[in-house]
Order: sequence, then structure tokens, then C-alpha cells
Amino acid sequence: MAPRLKLFLPLILFVVLAAFLFRGLSLDPTALPSALIDRPLPDFQLTGLADDRPLTRADVIGEAALFNVWATWCISCRVEHPYLQQLADSGVPIYGINYKDEDEAARRWLRDLGDPYLVNIVDREGTLGVDLGVYGAPETYLVDAEGVIRYRHVGVIDERVWRDTLEPLWREILALETMP
Amino acid sequence: MNALRTTALALWILLLALPAAAVIETYEFSEPELEKRYRQLSQELRCPKCQNQNIADSNAPISQDLRRLLHQQLEAGASDGEILEYMVARYGEFVRYRPAFNAATAILWLAPVLLLLGGAAGLLMLLRGRKQSPATLDSNDQARLTALLKTAEKDA
Repeated sequence: MAPRLKLFLPLILFVVLAAFLFRGLSLDPTALPSALIDRPLPDFQLTGLADDRPLTRADVIGEAALFNVWATWCISCRVEHPYLQQLADSGVPIYGINYKDEDEAARRWLRDLGDPYLVNIVDREGTLGVDLGVYGAPETYLVDAEGVIRYRHVGVIDERVWRDTLEPLWREILALETMP
Repeated sequence: MNALRTTALALWILLLALPAAAVIETYEFSEPELEKRYRQLSQELRCPKCQNQNIADSNAPISQDLRRLLHQQLEAGASDGEILEYMVARYGEFVRYRPAFNAATAILWLAPVLLLLGGAAGLLMLLRGRKQSPATLDSNDQARLTALLKTAEKDA
């Protein structure tokens, strides 16, 4: 190695290190890729929140939809609730998974804040949650018409998340659905 | 009398502190062997929510759920491999502190070896470079050196 080049070695090392550290600033270390991407939505036998009617996987698939994991103890769920309502009003089908919650509190929440969900699946013990790999609420899954999970978003859905991340994927799923 | 009262108070306070040690639930096992495996697995499984804790140390709700599942599956006779497979299918390789070797985790497993080899190679090059440059002076320099040494002696 030329001695001149050797002189610059510390600088080169510094620049490489700085580049990595700078990249690290904009990474979210808590974001985990879901193990269930491109896997079918897990089977379950639970009940509906509104009428205690038994619900299975077959009842909630058939068209592309969002599956939103929420609970009344989850503060961020309250934050995203108005936006979910807005999405539902614009015609996006949303299923709720009421995760480790109390039925009465959940019903009151929907009465007071509005109900964006087609149906709410009661997952009191978190069994469906474990099968989905849920590790906190809110989480939202994009599921296509075949019942295959296409994407998972952890955290609040707001306008920015929808516009930048979820909506393009959602359109893609819808486009595939209408293809012959 | 006063001393007695102080002792009683101290004991009472100590009693109050006991429940704090029992925050994490305990499970009954039908065999001591199962309990040993429970301990081992709960230390090897990582809490997905609180990323630098294993599920044995974490009191996050998800860790409680995973511990409950672990207990259920051990009692149902599942092997360690089956249990790990179950967890990985849901939470990904992330959930294991010793992930399986595959394309995604290769860098994790290989990086220490590669760094060590790189360091050793660098050290070797450095040492060899040092050996290869013994102080040799041509006759010109040798003459200058002697002259300089002479002047230095005179000055002193």
C-alpha cells in the first residue's frame, strides 16, 4: 500500500463508520419483519364481539381486507381510531381483532367512538394474536382475497403511513384480485 | 420496649416487600426434567416486544403469553425442536437468541470469524512490513551520519 494512501486510512474508516451510523439514525430497531408474510391467515375458532356468534377463518376471508389488532387498553389504538373510521368510510373493509380485552369495554368504545369494523373477532386469550405473531397493539395486516397475509404494519396508521406504505400495497392487492 | 417495636415494624415492612419478588408467575411441572427445559428455553427465547430481554426476564404481556404456551407445550410432550419451530413460525428467527444458520442469519454467525481473520491478516501484514525494512544506509548517508556525529561530539 502506498504510504500516501495509508495516511488517509483513518479518514476512510471514519467516513465508512459515519455512513453506517447515519443510516442507523433513520432505522427503527423495534420494527420486526413478520414471519407470516405470504402465509395464509391462521385458522381460529373465536366469537364475534357484537353478538357472541362463533367466527372462523372462513367467515372473514373472500375479499381483500385489513385486519386491525386493537384493544381498549391500547392508547395508540385510540389515536388511530379516527383514521380507521375514515378509511372504512372510504370503502376499505376492516376487520377488528379485539386483542386481550374486556368485551364490555370494547363495546362501549365502539359505541362512543364509532365502529369502523365489519366484524370484530374477540381474542380474549390472545391465541389468534400468538398465531399471527402479534407482539403489541395496534398492528394491522393486509390480507388478500385468498386469505394470504401480504403485509404487516406495527403501530398507528395515520394518513402518512397509509399514503406512503399501505395504500400502494393495497392497490396492488386489489389489482391482482380483479385480474382474470 | 422501643427496640421491640422497631423490630416488629422492620419485620412488617419486610413482609410487605415479599410480593415484589413474586411478580413473575411460577408454573407447576409434572417432572423436574420439564422444569429444567422450561428454564433453558425461556432463557433462549427472546421477547419480541422488549428486544433485549429473554422471556424469562421480561414481564411484558407477550412474554407472559409465551411462557404460558411454553409450559403448555412442555407438559403436552413437545420436543425442544418442535417448540422452537412453533415460535419461529410465528415470530421469525428473531425470537431465538441462537438463530438457525440460513441466508438471512449468515452474516450474524460469520461476522465474528471474518473480523478475527481480517484482524489477524492485518496484524500479519503489519509485522512482516516491519521486518522487511531493516535500517540500511548507502555509503553517502553513512558518511553524512559520521560527519554529523562528529560535530555533535565537538559541541558536547
